[in-house]
Amino acid sequence: MLSSMITLAAAAGSSNLEWFKELVNRFSVPEISLPLFFLPLFVLLLVAYKVWTRPLFAGTLLVLFCVFYFGSMAIDENYRAIVMKPDNVPITMMLLGVGFCLWWGFRQAAINDERIKAGQPLIEEDKDDKVLVWPDLVYTELICMVIAATVLIVWSVLLPAPLESPANPAGPPNPSKAPWYFLGLQEMLVYFDPWMAGVVLPGMIITGLIAMPYIDTNPKGNGYYTFAQRKFAITVWLFGFLILWVVLIVFGTFLRGPNWNFFGPFQYWDAHLQVPLTNVNLSELFWGDLLDRPLPANPYVREIVGIVFVFLWICVLPYALARTVMRKMYEQLGSVRFYVMAIHLVVMAMLPLKMVLRWTMHLKYFVNLPEINLNL
Amino acid sequence: MISPLLNYIRSTQVWNSIFRHGIPRDRRTRVMAVMSNVFLHLHPVAVRKSGIRLSFTWCMGGLTFFLFLAEAISGVLLMFYYRPVVEYAYADIQALRSYVTLGLLREIHRWGAHAMIIAIWLHMMRVFLTGSYKPPREFNWGVGVILLVITMLLSFTGYLLPWDQLAIWAITVGSNMGKATPFLGTGGPLSDMLAIGGVPLVTARSDAAYLLLANTSVGENTLMRFYVLHCIALPLAAATLIAVHFWRIRKDGGISGPL
Ligand code: HEM
Repeated sequence: MLSSMITLAAAAGSSNLEWFKELVNRFSVPEISLPLFFLPLFVLLLVAYKVWTRPLFAGTLLVLFCVFYFGSMAIDENYRAIVMKPDNVPITMMLLGVGFCLWWGFRQAAINDERIKAGQPLIEEDKDDKVLVWPDLVYTELICMVIAATVLIVWSVLLPAPLESPANPAGPPNPSKAPWYFLGLQEMLVYFDPWMAGVVLPGMIITGLIAMPYIDTNPKGNGYYTFAQRKFAITVWLFGFLILWVVLIVFGTFLRGPNWNFFGPFQYWDAHLQVPLTNVNLSELFWGDLLDRPLPANPYVREIVGIVFVFLWICVLPYALARTVMRKMYEQLGSVRFYVMAIHLVVMAMLPLKMVLRWTMHLKYFVNLPEINLNL
Repeated sequence: MISPLLNYIRSTQVWNSIFRHGIPRDRRTRVMAVMSNVFLHLHPVAVRKSGIRLSFTWCMGGLTFFLFLAEAISGVLLMFYYRPVVEYAYADIQALRSYVTLGLLREIHRWGAHAMIIAIWLHMMRVFLTGSYKPPREFNWGVGVILLVITMLLSFTGYLLPWDQLAIWAITVGSNMGKATPFLGTGGPLSDMLAIGGVPLVTARSDAAYLLLANTSVGENTLMRFYVLHCIALPLAAATLIAVHFWRIRKDGGISGPL
């Protein structure tokens, strides 16, 4: 029933919307959509949070999103196949959940920030403070549980769990993908080798998260929603979560096809598509393009620019930050806290840096030492 | 008709031996209801009003816990039907759909796992946005991060068990990264450095990926290893840490609120 309606609508819509699909396909490549769409959207989210969180405004955004996201299923079968793939359905739920919760949190932050400015009590401050767990909390929990159980059962009735053909160790599917919640990491493989994307970066996500409460010494914003009082912390954290995690998951699941080539949302996943690999290493750019000389034989001499650059980026940049733009923060935090924070920050920033260099200069590796399996 | 019956039940010795308090209608009995029940006793007797508002917690921690329980129950039921051996695994999963009454077990378990991942991310986001990781809750945030890792590992190990194409290749992609671990993976940077008298310590049969897979690629031993991790080791670790997590919420002064 639902699918026949979609097919009907598809027949009606497909004919004259080719220009739209073409436009979206072209626009969605990461080098365009990340800097020109997702990044500005992220900035707007933070700068204009008092505006877009108004219920009417946010409701309109939700409707627009749904029209675009679900409406596109009616006009294109490639897109429909991706979104309706059983193991991708949770991604839609995740996107709606993250969007809704962002609104919920920032709405209260907006109200609280207004109240703080006006010297009024926060939403969370109640005069008659305590209530009994029975019935107030226990009943809320019960209702949440019943709703969650219902949703889970309905979901399970509607959508069978996928089961593909039996495992065949000799025949990998193309593309082979990790479960969707790890696809941010798999997408990072485009820019980094597995030891970075699969080991160092996830490791530093974990250590960074654990270290966070000890680094963030700002006493404000403890136990209530606010943005104005915690701008730096919230900006960095949400940039990591929304852009470097959620958006990369969407790229990795929806927009990466055979051979990990990029495909627009309305593009057919053509397994024979040949994309020439034109990426070059920093050493080649330096010795070849800049000095016009052959690559030196000694690998460490060959890679010297990259090695120096990585050293500067990871070891010297935090120090430079402490001395200049982040001087005040350095003084507040002390050296241990500051350097733990700064090293996590510059390593995290390597990902966007590498992206930009890839898009602009086709940079493959800063340092390319196959001799010891070390490529960065 | 009903209420005399209920009144009778509530006056029996059996009832009174289980619930040692009257109907929770006044303050004293309501306090008793929470205090005398081992499960409800996770909670304090009274909590601050702002903390339990749905708009404050989004009930996401509670939902994560609920989904964990749903996974535990449906998982135990699945274990009745599933054998973690290459010959049977796939067929057992197939049979679940056709032969088991109300064959929704696998669906509930799979979608519940995805939902738990979403819920835990949103829970973390709410804890972050309310600044609830700040003192005195730094440690509990850390416990939460480990729970996050365990939850993702639970999903990851479970993904292999159906033993279909989706399963083995997803796990292959993931575990290939283990081969690239610096020092400890055969393909990883600097692993050549670990050698004694020219004999390499890190080989395809002794590296980080081998530890995970019990093999050089995803195979029979991997299935058993992931099964044990998925059904025993990781759930026990998660349950233990959840207990610590809940205990600490109380010890840290309950759900956070403006100081
Ligand atoms: C299996 C996973 C988890 C379960 C079952 C769980 C459960 C809960 C529950 C029921 C609460 C009470 C308040 C609420 O519902 O928000 C809570 C609070 C808390 N959780 Fe979790 N949680 C889990 C994972 C995490 C993660 C991943 C983090 C952070 C990285 C975290 C950090 C915290 C903190 C700091 C609190 C105290 C918040 C406050 O006092 O406002 N938890 N957790």
